[in-house]
Amino acid sequence: MRTRLVLGACGVALLVYGALLVLSRQDPGQWFEVGVWLGVGVVAHDVALSALLISACFLGSRWLPLPWRAPAVVALVVWGALTVVSVPVLVRAGARADNATLLDRPYAATWWAISVIVVLLVAVAGLVRSRASRARPTSSGVGRVLAWHLVPRSEQQKHDAHDRREQ
Amino acid sequence: MTLQLKPPTPDQFTSRLRSPAVAARIGLWLGLAFGLCFITGLISHYAQLPSRPVPFPTSPSWGYRLTQGLHVTSGLASIPLLLVKLWSVLPNLFESLPRRDPRKLLLTVLERGSIAALVAASIFQLATGALNAAQWYPWQTFSFRTVHYALAWVAIGALLLHIAVKLPIIRDVLTTDIDATIHDRSSATTPGPLTRRALVRTTFAAAGVAVLATAGSTVPWLRSVSVFATRTGEGPGGVPINKSAQAAGVEESATSSDWRLKVVLGGAVAGSLTYDDLRALPQHTVDLPIACVEGWSAQGTWSGVRMTDLLRAVGAPTGRDVDVTSLQQSGAFRRTTLPANFADDERTLLVLDLAGEPLSLDHGFPCRLIAPNRPGVLQTKWVSRLEVTA
Repeated sequence: MRTRLVLGACGVALLVYGALLVLSRQDPGQWFEVGVWLGVGVVAHDVALSALLISACFLGSRWLPLPWRAPAVVALVVWGALTVVSVPVLVRAGARADNATLLDRPYAATWWAISVIVVLLVAVAGLVRSRASRARPTSSGVGRVLAWHLVPRSEQQKHDAHDRREQ
Repeated sequence: MTLQLKPPTPDQFTSRLRSPAVAARIGLWLGLAFGLCFITGLISHYAQLPSRPVPFPTSPSWGYRLTQGLHVTSGLASIPLLLVKLWSVLPNLFESLPRRDPRKLLLTVLERGSIAALVAASIFQLATGALNAAQWYPWQTFSFRTVHYALAWVAIGALLLHIAVKLPIIRDVLTTDIDATIHDRSSATTPGPLTRRALVRTTFAAAGVAVLATAGSTVPWLRSVSVFATRTGEGPGGVPINKSAQAAGVEESATSSDWRLKVVLGGAVAGSLTYDDLRALPQHTVDLPIACVEGWSAQGTWSGVRMTDLLRAVGAPTGRDVDVTSLQQSGAFRRTTLPANFADDERTLLVLDLAGEPLSLDHGFPCRLIAPNRPGVLQTKWVSRLEVTA
């Protein structure tokens, strides 16, 4: 309990210090825009992105066959996060005609290429896993490896037990 | 038919993956990344203070390159971690307030307030930091540097408070198996498409991919895989440019035959050197990194006149801070202070050549400052005046 109190008190102190820094080092006109940007970030995440993800998960659970879901989720997390991280370079709003050394990569083309590769990888993994789930006892190779990483642990144990019986 | 839009209730979220067992495991690494980002950020701000109680060290020369590279990298790695962490706890956002019990209500409101501060400040910090690295400033009125610094304290403070509030749950879920359900919501029972373990590993993989895709701006051997880095690392003399001569408005003044480097001592001009005068002084070559606050860095081979030689040549004492002024007419860093320990370091040069070629106009022709372990924004370009302080 003491640890928590000390930690919490330190937290409150730093939080208040930060808030005072915003108030003392910027004037009221600037506070307003800081507040707007703080709000925009929260709304962009809590409303827009969350609603998008909930819809995607809902559609996925309706339309995607079971073996496709795990690869789709892995792809969505990695590709989605990469896309969010690369928004500033994809938009290129900071590019300047007088500075050829800034934002000097083909970002949009790369993003499209990566997106196509991700879709293909999901398709391959989905097909392989569909086949593996139909012909489980003899499955091997790539399908086996993908299945091992992406199937829930409890199911893996079932398969392991199955494999042992086969042997 | 009417469409009713109302917020969901926590019970409508049924995935087993939205569990404190997932949140705490990702949160642990997110917390570490935030800690690293905060400390390296403080180092960067300390290095930029005009004067300091404890001098900033000049060695190792790559110190700032490392800390600022870590700052931007840990910030970018935090983005995937934060997104999945928030996803795993989203149902809590729709928890109803305990209206009947005033004491409980007050505590809940305070806790929710601290979470709001944490989430708002975290998203703000990561978003503005990533935008700054790409030199994109969509806001109109406030200063990025000031507000990014202030809200870092808010984010870290709110994070400590959050850990204090959640500590018992964090302990419980981190000391039991990831699939244990001790602190799960009662509705979180539907198996997800992945196991919890696989979701956590996927999230770490996403953070790794985000780092690999961007860190080439500061880690040369990652350049070929960092497809979303803000720079290829190419530029005149193998060094990228942050601000061009055109953007600084110095194209005319920097190339004028009237250019002189004035050295001021005790309020009076002690020396006024032409470009050829500088060339006539003993020339030295150093390999030093230039490391920008935006997180990119590059190693350069710089040649020119030692600051100590120059000061001695005009009869100025050593052991003093030196104010360095640029030809550029505006900008917060047109005039910077070179602390005494940097001015006296024999690696500190007024550079005339980069990679064996005369400095390009965009790199600071006729002469620029280079010193070890110093933020790039303080490596003044187009130097016109040095003032030895009393």
